[in-house]
Amino acid sequence: MTAIESKAVDPKVAEAKAPPSGLSEFWFYFSRNKGAVIGLVVFLIILFVAIFAPIVAPHSPSVQNRDMLLMPPVWQAGGSWGHILGTDAVGRDILSRLIYGARFSLFIGLVVVTLSVISGVLIGLVAGYFRGRVDTFIMRIMDIILAFPSLLLALVLVAVLGPGLLNAMIAISLVNQPHFVRLTRAAVMTERTKDYVVGSKVAGAGTLRLMFLTILPNCLAPLIVQATLAFSAAILDAAALGFLGMGAQPPTPEWGTMLAEAREFIQRAWWVVTFPGLAILITVLAINLMGDGLRDALDPKLKRS
Amino acid sequence: MTPVLEARNLKRDYHIPGSLLKKAKTVHAVKGVSFKVEQGKTLSIVGESGCGKSTLARMVTMIDPVTSGEMLIDGQKVDIVAEPLSSDMRSKVQIVFQNPYGSLNPRKKIGDILTEPLIINTKIPAAERRDRAMAMLKKVGLEEKHYSRYPHMFSGGQRQRVAIARALMLNPRLLVLDEPVSALDLSVQAQVLNLLADLQEEFHLTYVFISHDLSVVRHISDDVMVMYFGEAVEYGSRDQVFGDPQHSYTKTLFAATPRVDVEAIKARLERRKRA
Amino acid sequence: MSLLEIQNLVVEFQTASGPFRAVDGVSLKVDEGEVLAIVGESGSGKSVSMLAAMGLLPWTAKVTADKLTFYGRDMQSMSDAERRKIIGKEISMIFQEPVASLNPCFTVGYQIEEVLRVHTDLDRKARRARAIELFQLVGIPNPEERLGHYPHQMSGGQCQRVMIATALACNPKLLIADEPTTALDVTIQKQILDLLMKLQAEHGMGLIMITHDMGVVAETADRVIVQYKGRKIEEADVLSLFENPKSVYTKALLSALPENAVGGRLPTITEKLTDQQIFEGAVR
Repeated sequence: MTAIESKAVDPKVAEAKAPPSGLSEFWFYFSRNKGAVIGLVVFLIILFVAIFAPIVAPHSPSVQNRDMLLMPPVWQAGGSWGHILGTDAVGRDILSRLIYGARFSLFIGLVVVTLSVISGVLIGLVAGYFRGRVDTFIMRIMDIILAFPSLLLALVLVAVLGPGLLNAMIAISLVNQPHFVRLTRAAVMTERTKDYVVGSKVAGAGTLRLMFLTILPNCLAPLIVQATLAFSAAILDAAALGFLGMGAQPPTPEWGTMLAEAREFIQRAWWVVTFPGLAILITVLAINLMGDGLRDALDPKLKRS
Repeated sequence: MTPVLEARNLKRDYHIPGSLLKKAKTVHAVKGVSFKVEQGKTLSIVGESGCGKSTLARMVTMIDPVTSGEMLIDGQKVDIVAEPLSSDMRSKVQIVFQNPYGSLNPRKKIGDILTEPLIINTKIPAAERRDRAMAMLKKVGLEEKHYSRYPHMFSGGQRQRVAIARALMLNPRLLVLDEPVSALDLSVQAQVLNLLADLQEEFHLTYVFISHDLSVVRHISDDVMVMYFGEAVEYGSRDQVFGDPQHSYTKTLFAATPRVDVEAIKARLERRKRA
Repeated sequence: MSLLEIQNLVVEFQTASGPFRAVDGVSLKVDEGEVLAIVGESGSGKSVSMLAAMGLLPWTAKVTADKLTFYGRDMQSMSDAERRKIIGKEISMIFQEPVASLNPCFTVGYQIEEVLRVHTDLDRKARRARAIELFQLVGIPNPEERLGHYPHQMSGGQCQRVMIATALACNPKLLIADEPTTALDVTIQKQILDLLMKLQAEHGMGLIMITHDMGVVAETADRVIVQYKGRKIEEADVLSLFENPKSVYTKALLSALPENAVGGRLPTITEKLTDQQIFEGAVR
């Protein structure tokens, strides 16, 4: 009996135990995944550095120092604290170029994801809601796009549109977009037959209202996860296009372009190639880890207990 | 007085398109059902899964079209294929679903869920919409503070109250209740059944109550229709059907329903001891 | 000797809003050949307590008990391998969703023979014969043909019969049925309950029936435990529970049965009861 009295339900405690808000619940599941938290921290650091590049970077990314060509990083013989990660073939500070490069990479990721999410969600919503011939038509086109190796298709598109950062972004968005179409369509198809949608219909809701206000908000969780993964894929694709000379053009300090410029120095100056490569690796890895955590937190199927 | 709902020989077929290996076929989900419900009365439709009772509910709610037969609401013929529904007609019939977890939009606040039917169908200003929703919340036994909460913060019984409130926002004549208490716990079920009875009295509502649970049907109905494989095998007043079932299926159904009275338990324990 | 004995079982889950106590000090005992019904509404911890006893809960759950024995053997100190030997062979379980409980990729015959292969040393032929025998036992017509069917080719009632056959494959001493008929139609429910009771009597098994349905309790149980919010509220034999319920909560629950009132209003006493009143009115 004493056990019961000691645990007598205190109204204040009961109030505090009310269902947690969406955000705190999200953070609970997200923070369970250690990798995701590390990814988030790394991503935030990169974001900070990119935003405050002019303050953080020790040098200008384009100033050439003819006295110090291919200077090794500080811990190697011949390195100096003036250029922590060394200099490239024309004497530009690699660290500063990487810091400014982060701006481009994040910008590319953002634009590509925005473009492909908006177009992909719209098309997927139409396909999933109307089904029938419209659906078949849209999905076959998406299948065709998916049948090409994505980088190759992007390359062809850039070759047609002409090289440059903007065209590269458009090409990558187009290649990325079918994933969003499929995901949205699948989510819309499962939501469409649920009772709350039928209920809205019985209340007289029209097609547009049902599509955008009733169904779409309930399909967002998997899209957010896919968007983070597409973000990293976009950075990777942009770097690849840059490396192949089809993306950002020199002297833009874009990571892929930096790699391409440094190709010939692999034997003599390892740092010129290694650091841009590492920058790409770390950024992509951080975002992917973060995406994993998002999936754990947002996907009800994976939610534990 | 014209009945609120009258159905004459309602039929509903589903066409399943064929493929390479299968022939196209037609499933007769509802095979000619006639009934009528007067204002303020409750007609229960009883049957097991696949008997066509949910298809019937969808036809009455004007979600699915009728394949053949006539349906009259307030004496007016309804045909959703021939002409789009007027919002006036739309407002007359509303539905409450079985699963309270699937019938409320999880991304919308209760207030938005309740005012949505008004936004779509009427030109009532926002302030009045809010007042009406608040009043309805209180009517179904919830409180004003629930107005700006999300569905996941409610229990099953509370959600079902919200679903009922939403259905009533347009002042319907007829409420189709598709197994509204089947997913609820016993004590909550009793509360919701009481609420439905109170609302019926207050608004002179007409109910079409779909259920498989005979004890609930016996409690709430005026008339009962038993369906079996798309056909109405028994139709009459509650006392008629429960007192003197005619069809063999109805008798089987009654015999299969578990009995909770002490005499039945005593008899069972006796049998068990002997065996 | 009692089959399963549990004393002061506590199960806690780690959730976003801190630890949640799903089962709070439940004790129970099942004897050979006895039918014990655990009845409660959702959130009463009735399923969780059984899953915890079986060691079938996910890692977020913390299970403690003063005593947890099966046939006098301590289940808590047992190794996982030893426990696996008991579960499925001497204790088996059937669940609410019969279609979901069967693997859709394999024939039902394969699945039942799989259980026999793991838990017995019968050879292939003997396993086949046993599977046919089991299907006959649970009343599935043409067992030879049915063994080759996939779960989706069968109705819900048939799938539940297959589940029962699988559960009975190794002649368990204790069968735990977790809402075995909730997903089924009334007429099928009757058949399945009759089958379970017949098999229970023939084999002299212990049977724990977890349910929310007072009707199922009335039709099957010898003894009943009523649970609310993870705690035991009342324990009584079935007749005295229905004839003369002792605790406030059980009284309220039974009065809410629609059978007890035709037309008019149903008494809803539980609405006015606070948790504390319910716990204080518990009779243990």
